[in-house]
Amino acid sequence: MLPVSLGHYLAVSAVLLVLGVFGIFLNRKNVIVILMSIELILLAVNLNLVAFSATLGDLAGQIFAMFVLTVAAAEAAIGLAIVVVYFRNRGSIEVEDVTLMKG
Amino acid sequence: MIATLAFYVFAAVLLGSAALVVSARNPVHSVLFLILAFFNAAGLFLLAGAEFLAMILVIVYVGAVAVLFLFVVMMLDIDFARLREGIQRYAPVGATVGVILLVELASVFGGWQLLPQSAALRGAVAPAAVSNTAALGDLLYTHNVLLFQIAGLVLLVAMIGAIVLTLRERKASRRQSAARQVAQRVEDTLVLVKVGLGAAVTEAEFQRKLPEPAVAAAEPHGGGHGHGGTHAAEVR
Repeated sequence: MLPVSLGHYLAVSAVLLVLGVFGIFLNRKNVIVILMSIELILLAVNLNLVAFSATLGDLAGQIFAMFVLTVAAAEAAIGLAIVVVYFRNRGSIEVEDVTLMKG
Repeated sequence: MIATLAFYVFAAVLLGSAALVVSARNPVHSVLFLILAFFNAAGLFLLAGAEFLAMILVIVYVGAVAVLFLFVVMMLDIDFARLREGIQRYAPVGATVGVILLVELASVFGGWQLLPQSAALRGAVAPAAVSNTAALGDLLYTHNVLLFQIAGLVLLVAMIGAIVLTLRERKASRRQSAARQVAQRVEDTLVLVKVGLGAAVTEAEFQRKLPEPAVAAAEPHGGGHGHGGTHAAEVR
């Protein structure tokens, strides 16, 4: 089923996940890049699920990956809407200013 | 052989573009590299035999999510140089956490093994005869139909939430009010003056009464026809 072993896929998805986490730390001020990093992390999760699904011949992993995709799309839509509203209010998207909004 | 080569190409481009997503100076470039990463992940999915998910990844992620990102990045007028100020400060912490995470993941991946009876424990064995898309459909619309409906509900809530969050009622816009126009009576705009034979009509008789100032500030007279220059100040 797989052209290369499961370990290759797991290694790629592990590096992808680490890159996503690193991106969250690196771009602490830029919400949009943080959202993109979260997308990368979810992509790594999907890659893991698909790799295991292909190795074991079990389609449940691909079903899971599809739902992860759905939630990721919803999360991106809501997150970007919040970013737009926040930018309208403050004129910037710095994460550190968000604490000023507490009521 | 070719599949192995394709795997390495896709993986290398995927990881390279992911690294550029988090480190690009310009967020527009970040989004474009994100699109490239999604395309290469779709290639990896294809190699693993998940054709339907690969196509979904291209359509949903590249077609919707990444374009949404691009749209927001380009729409908001953000000073990106200021957002990158602390990047040297945060980079060591991020690198430390990333390296620790990677070492932990590597140690986990190095040590695990599949259960011997794992083949018997599969929940949904992939059928050999039908294609990936048909098999996924069979599974999704039978065993997982409730989850499927809930996923649709999640998307609906996300859609309504995004609309509610970003909807802005413009106070300054001057839209047509159909109800006001229909409710307009003749007496509001037209004054019939009975003119006696040979009599003159004074100006006060046929001039329309001026609306009260408070009302005039809130709504223009004439229900949709009030494009007078006197309201120019309150428009903005």
